Amino acid sequence: MGTYLDHAATSPMSDEVIEAYTMALKHVGNPSSVHSAGQEARAMLEDARERIAKLVNCDRNEVIFTSGGTESNNLAITGLFAKRPGNLIISAYTEHHAALDPIEFLQSNGAEVHWVGVDSNGVWDLEELENLLVERASDVALISLMWVNNETGVLNPIDRVCKLAEPYGIPVHSDAVAAFGHTETDFARSGLATMAFAAHKVGGPVGIGALIVGRQVSLEPLLHGGGQERGLRAGTMNAPAAHAFAVAAEATQPDYEPLAKQLIDGVGTLGRLIRGDAPGVANIVSFVFPGSAGDSMLFLLDQQNIEVSNGSACTAGVTRASHVLLAMGMSEADAASALRFSFGPTTTQAEIAQVLAVLPQVVATARKI
Amino acid sequence: MKVLAAMSGGVDSAVAAARAVDAGHEVVGVHLALSRMPGTLRTGSRGCCTVEDSMDAQRVSNLLGIKYFVWDFSERFKEDVVDDFVAEYQAGRTPNPCMRCNERIKFAALLEKALSLGFDAVCTGHYATILTGEDGELELHRSLAAAKDQSYVLGVLTKEELKHAMFPIGATASKAEIRAEAQARGLAVAQKPDSYDICFIPDGDTKGWLEERVGTKTGVIKDRAGNVLGEHDGTHGFTVGQRKGLHIGRPAPDGKPRYVLEVRPKTNEVIVGSQSALAIAELAGERYTWCGSAPKNPTEWFEAEVQVRAHGESVACRAKVSDQAIHVELSEPLIGVAPGQTAVLYLGSRVLGQFTIDSTVSAVSVEAEFEVNA
Repeated sequence: MGTYLDHAATSPMSDEVIEAYTMALKHVGNPSSVHSAGQEARAMLEDARERIAKLVNCDRNEVIFTSGGTESNNLAITGLFAKRPGNLIISAYTEHHAALDPIEFLQSNGAEVHWVGVDSNGVWDLEELENLLVERASDVALISLMWVNNETGVLNPIDRVCKLAEPYGIPVHSDAVAAFGHTETDFARSGLATMAFAAHKVGGPVGIGALIVGRQVSLEPLLHGGGQERGLRAGTMNAPAAHAFAVAAEATQPDYEPLAKQLIDGVGTLGRLIRGDAPGVANIVSFVFPGSAGDSMLFLLDQQNIEVSNGSACTAGVTRASHVLLAMGMSEADAASALRFSFGPTTTQAEIAQVLAVLPQVVATARKI
Repeated sequence: MKVLAAMSGGVDSAVAAARAVDAGHEVVGVHLALSRMPGTLRTGSRGCCTVEDSMDAQRVSNLLGIKYFVWDFSERFKEDVVDDFVAEYQAGRTPNPCMRCNERIKFAALLEKALSLGFDAVCTGHYATILTGEDGELELHRSLAAAKDQSYVLGVLTKEELKHAMFPIGATASKAEIRAEAQARGLAVAQKPDSYDICFIPDGDTKGWLEERVGTKTGVIKDRAGNVLGEHDGTHGFTVGQRKGLHIGRPAPDGKPRYVLEVRPKTNEVIVGSQSALAIAELAGERYTWCGSAPKNPTEWFEAEVQVRAHGESVACRAKVSDQAIHVELSEPLIGVAPGQTAVLYLGSRVLGQFTIDSTVSAVSVEAEFEVNA
């Protein structure tokens, strides 16, 4: 592997996680079976559930295992909407497609959607939200807003959204995929109704995630079948993956501040930090390099074995101007000149130095095209 | 050499890339995203632009052990090819979008980007051959695969572009051979159908597609003597040589069906006449380029052959440059040549150059056409 700075896309499993995962795979048994093998698998699953509950401060029964972030967001958004009075969904256009698309799907089927505005750093306009709730609270089915933006790393005040919604009894869902492990995601204290996250962003396996569903929250399932996971997510439960998920999630993430500082200082005036002076997580640092083509920069960095991303990976590998950056008011040209660097436990200062050594040339070459 | 293999997802570009790898070049596969909203699966005759095609190209790259990228040229493609296509029709001409794509995208925008990123050449799956001429300059020649020869659509390449173009399958005798080679290499695209038609008109309904963009406007259908024979709902629906869809009750003076002879968008008229009047004796065009070295004395008549369609026959002619345009006199008439089409000049198998046809002169005078039954 080269210099891998795309941990926000997926972060590699550590040796410890791989070992835990492969050991778990050797166990036979369906957690729903009554016999001893089934009970052992069930024990492994419930152990994982408890460990994850502890990490996000929720009741163990509130952890619903899913296939990942996309499913968790879909389950929460469509599930809440189905059970709630009101036809209005409040969200922001800077959400990940995993939340955006189910909302737009509901919209195409008759739901009304209000997209809360964001400033040029990607921070929500809470005054707009507050006024909207004053006027139309009884129409609102749910609010869905992401905790940390996966493209910019901006850390939004989800607790304040919950406080605004609480008097009206409006459930708030948050896509916490990029927040989990990188900022404190305390479910009980947040006031959220549901919260989504995925294992592979924190060094767990791909194909497993969770949706935290508050005990009092009523949700319509997406998958119907054997009644697993409190009847909210049918299908045989994946005990080994849940186990690996728990092991990965428990590993403390390093302090990424020094790496972020090194990169931001090193880039200097070559690029513009996209989240500006807004608060953000240290493991995701995105810049615009005005006038330089994003795909050319990606290509040139890849030639140097440096793996980064521009925007979120997209269908058929076409890198287009990110909808998130456009929603923040960025021009299409600037949005197509963005690069995201995201760090993980394997990232070193030497790697950042390597990036900084080649970046000026890369940016300059990509500018000529 | 560092070679960028342009990969459409089809069998030709796949084998071309494979051969470039075999030749020892450092190859990177690049798929051009040309559509803003690519479809998921290929339908009908479309041969590029869908996600499935991109995945096919990626799979081939994986098997060849080369890196693969998708580059977004949809903006350029829209401006330089799609908008140009609409504008040409609006101007009463019949454009060739594949030609424009080669001229402005594959061997201009893509080549330029490739060179800037450190590549030495762009390799494609075109059937044509680059040879070195007696004067030491590069020349573009027809492919050995006569039925698949694509030198016509490459006629727009300039001397400089030829230096950076690579056609590894150009000297292959047949498409069947390419498919067999793809099969032997274990490439799943070996039996993928050929693409034809215009890639950005998904259902092949050019008239309907154009109508959505330029609207309809009623005008008259006349013969060359000025007799009004009927009405039409927009000149964009007509191309020279077209017979169907005229809805004229009466036959032509020779008693036979009428054909579109000319489209005049400025006056919104469609001129029709007998089939014999479709025969063209002369061509001229201002937008011309030489492919490799130019003829020694282009302002003096020189002997050549000319081809006006991708898979048409070429006919002997003489040509010269005067008044900043190429003028061509044909040794025998060509049927149904429309302004907007590209004429490619050949010298034997060598591509000499090309021009966009601005005007034509019929081989049959108006008097002659109307004398038949007079």
